[in-house]
Amino acid sequence: MTEPTRSGKPQIESLSTATVENLTGVDAPTRFWNRERRLGAGITIIGLLATLVFGPLAKSETARFTLSTDASGAALSINGQVGTILFGAISIALGVLMLTGKARRWQTLLLCLGIASFVLAFLCWQVAGKFMPLVDTLSGSVEYALPLILGALAGVLGERSGVVNVAIEGQFLMGAFGAALVGTLATSVWAGLVSAMIGGLIIAAMLAVLAIRFLVDQVVVGTVLNLFALGVTGFLYERLMQPNALKYNQPPQMPRWEIPGLADIPVIGPVLFNTQVLVWIALALVVLIHFALKGTRWGLRTRAVGEHPTAADTVGVRVRGLRYLNVLLGGLIAGAGGAYFTLVSTGAFNKNMTAGAGFIALAALIFGRWTPFGALGAALFFGFAQKLAYFLSVAGSPVPNQFLNMLPYIATIVAVAGLVGRVRAPAADGQPYVKS
Amino acid sequence: MTTDVEAPPPAKESPKEEGFLTLFLKNLWSANTVTVTFLSIFLALVVGAILIVVSDSAVLSKFAYFTARPSDALGSSWDLVSAAYADLFKGALFDPASFQAWFNHTGSWQQAFGPISETLTYATPLVFTGLAVALAFRGGLFNIGGQGQAVMGCVFAGVAGFAFHLPPGLHLIVALLFGLIGGALWGFLPGFLKARTGAHEVITSIMLNYTATLFLGWLILQKGVQDPTRSDAISKTIDSSAALPALPEPLRVHLGIVLAVVVTAGVAWLLNRSSFGFELRAVGANPPAAKTAGMSVARTYTLLMVVAGGLAGLGGAAQVLGTADKLTAQVAGNIGFDGLLVALLGRNKPWGTLFAAILYGALRAGGNLMQVDIGISLELVTVLQALIVIFIAAPAMVKAIFQLRAARSARLGASMSKGW
Repeated sequence: MTEPTRSGKPQIESLSTATVENLTGVDAPTRFWNRERRLGAGITIIGLLATLVFGPLAKSETARFTLSTDASGAALSINGQVGTILFGAISIALGVLMLTGKARRWQTLLLCLGIASFVLAFLCWQVAGKFMPLVDTLSGSVEYALPLILGALAGVLGERSGVVNVAIEGQFLMGAFGAALVGTLATSVWAGLVSAMIGGLIIAAMLAVLAIRFLVDQVVVGTVLNLFALGVTGFLYERLMQPNALKYNQPPQMPRWEIPGLADIPVIGPVLFNTQVLVWIALALVVLIHFALKGTRWGLRTRAVGEHPTAADTVGVRVRGLRYLNVLLGGLIAGAGGAYFTLVSTGAFNKNMTAGAGFIALAALIFGRWTPFGALGAALFFGFAQKLAYFLSVAGSPVPNQFLNMLPYIATIVAVAGLVGRVRAPAADGQPYVKS
Repeated sequence: MTTDVEAPPPAKESPKEEGFLTLFLKNLWSANTVTVTFLSIFLALVVGAILIVVSDSAVLSKFAYFTARPSDALGSSWDLVSAAYADLFKGALFDPASFQAWFNHTGSWQQAFGPISETLTYATPLVFTGLAVALAFRGGLFNIGGQGQAVMGCVFAGVAGFAFHLPPGLHLIVALLFGLIGGALWGFLPGFLKARTGAHEVITSIMLNYTATLFLGWLILQKGVQDPTRSDAISKTIDSSAALPALPEPLRVHLGIVLAVVVTAGVAWLLNRSSFGFELRAVGANPPAAKTAGMSVARTYTLLMVVAGGLAGLGGAAQVLGTADKLTAQVAGNIGFDGLLVALLGRNKPWGTLFAAILYGALRAGGNLMQVDIGISLELVTVLQALIVIFIAAPAMVKAIFQLRAARSARLGASMSKGW
C-alpha cells in the first residue's frame, strides 16, 4: 500500500511507522490501477453508456437550450441524437486520455469535463424535441443549493474547530418550523428569519453542550438530535399548525430583490441579481468565512483548535470556548438555511419537509473538502442535480419520476465515494477536548 | 467523571461488614447503568409533559391568570398530563378495567392481553433493526442506513410473499431469506464503499435510505406488483403460506417476536463467541491495531455491513410478513431510525437491544392509545424516544442533574468518540 489512508486520523499511525512505509514505497512498483486510471475507466464507461445506450434511444429531433426562462429567445440548438453521441464520444475521449496516464496534471479538469459532457449527452437525449430554459435551470439550481450552502457553511464552522455537526438536518427543521410559526404570527419575513436562526441555535446549543461539555460521540448525538428535532417539530405541527393552519402556518414569502442595472446582463443577471435576498446572504457568508478563516485571529485559532487542540491550549487559546462559539454560529447559519424551506420554497411547514437536505449539505462539506468555496461548488452541484430531477419530471421524461428523484441522492453517493478522492478532515474533528 | 478520584477509601470501613441492603441502597443513588436509565426515562417524561402543556391552548390560557389562581392552571395541566401518561401505560402494558371485565366474564382475555400484544408487535421489527445498528457499532461503523435496509427487506420479502406460491412453512422461510438478502444487499453498498474508498457510511447509507424509499414508491405502482383491484399505491397481499403465524384475531403478536429472541441469541453468540465477532470488535476498537494483527479491515467492514443489513432486512420482512401483509409506501414506518435509538438505549449489546426494543414498542403501543383517546400526537413518542437516548448518552448530565454518586465501576460512556 503506497497510498496513505484517507481519513485524517491515521496521520499519527503513519507517522509512527514512517520508515516501514517508505521502504515498501521505494521497492514496490506503483500500482497500475491508480486513482487516475480508475477514474478514467469510469469516465470511459459512462461515455460508452451515453454513446451506445442513450444515443440510439434519443429522438433525432432538435434539442433547444434557450437562454431565457421559457421557450422564447435565442437558443443553442443541436440535433438530440447527434448531440448525445457527440458528447458521449467526448466523454470517452477524455476517459481514454486519463487511462493513458499521461495527463496527470489536468486530472481534476479532465474529470470535471468528462462528467460535464456525460451530463450534456444525457440532456441532449432527454431534451430532444423539447427545450430547456438555461436561465431557469441555473437560477433553480442556485435556489436548491441555497440551504445546502448555508448548511455546509455551518458544518465548516463546526468541523474546522473540531466538532462534527451531523445535526444540520435538525437545525434545518427547527429553522423551517420557527420561520413558519413566528413568520405567520408576526406576519413578517424578517421576524421569521430571525426565529429560524434561533431555532437552529437551539439544536446547535444542545449539540455543543452534549459534545463539548459531556463528551458524547458527536456523530451519534447529531443523529439523535435530528430525530429529536423531527419529533418536536412534527408534534407541534400536529398540535398547532394542522388544526389551525391559517393562524400558525401561513408565513409570508421572502421578496425577490432586483438590482436595476446588473439584472439586465444576459444569463448571469437574472440568476444572480434578481433573486432571493437569502442567496446574497449565503454568497456573502461564503466569502466572509473564507477570508475570516484565512486571515483573522479567529480563523487561525479555529484552525488550530481543529487540528491540534492541545497545542492551541498550550499557547492560551480557550479551546472549548472557541468550539462553543463556532458551533453556535453554525447553528445560526444553518437555521437561516432552514428558513429557505418555509419562507422561500414551499410557503408552509410540513412534517419532515427537509427530506435529507441536511445530510446532502454534510456531503457538500466533505466533497468541498471543509472549505467555504469548495462547499459552495459542491452545493451548486447537488442543487443542479435537484433542479435537473425536477425539470425532467415536469418536462415528461421517459424515466420514472421516482428514479429522477433519486438523482440528488445518487449524485451525493458518487461524489463522496468516487469523485472526492483522498480527503483529509481537520485532524481533531470529532474528538472532544479534555484538558489534562 | 474522573475515575482516579473515586478510589475506594482503604481499610477505614471494611467492605465485609456492609450487608447486601446497605450496599444496595448505597448504589441505588449512584450513577450506575440502571439508575441512569430510569432517571433518563423520567427526565424524558418530564420534558414531554412540558411539551404537552405548552402545545395545549386551553390549558395555556389558564396560565394567563396564574398568579391570581395558580390551582386552575396547575390542576388542568396535571389532568392533561396524567391522562396522557395513563393512556401511555394502559396502551402499553395493561388496562385494569379490561382485566376487571375479564374476571367478571364481561370481557375476553384477548382484550386484557391486547396492550401487551401490541407492545410486542411493535417491538418485533425494532429488535432486528436495533441489532443491525448495534452490531455495526461494535465494529466501529455507524449504520444509519437501517431504514433503507429495512425497506429493501420489506420489498424483497413482500415480493417473495405474493409472487411465489410454495407450500406453507417453506414459503415463509423463503420469504424471510429474501428479506434478509434484500437488506444485506443494501448494507453491502455502504460497507463496500467504506472499505474501498473511505466514503463515510453515515452519508452513503442515509442517501441509500431515500433511494430505497423512492424505489419502493415506484415498485408498488408497477403491473404485477400493484393490487389489480386498487388504483392507489398498494401491492398485492402476501399468500397466507408466507405470513408469520399469529395469535387469534384481535391479538396481533406473531411468531416474529420468537424469531427476534432467537436472532438476538445468535447475534450475541456471533459477537462474543465467534472469530468474526472477535475480529469486528478488534476492528471497532482500533482499526490500525487490527490491521497490524493481520485482520483485513476492509473485509471486516464489508462483511459487517452485509450482516447488519441482513438483520435490518429481516426486520423489514417481519414487518411485512407479520403485520402489514402488503407493501405500501409507508410499510416500513420508521423502524430503521427507531432501531438506531433502540441500539443506543441498549448500549449496543444484543440483549440490551432486545429490552430497549420492547420498551420502545411499549411507548409506541401506548402512544397509539394516547392519540386515539385524548388526541395527543404520536410524534410525542418520537420526542420521548430521542430524549431518553440523549440523556442515556450523556450520563454525566444525568449525574449532575440528580447529584448522583459516582458508580463503583465507572464505565458510563455509552458510545465512543470518533471523528470522520
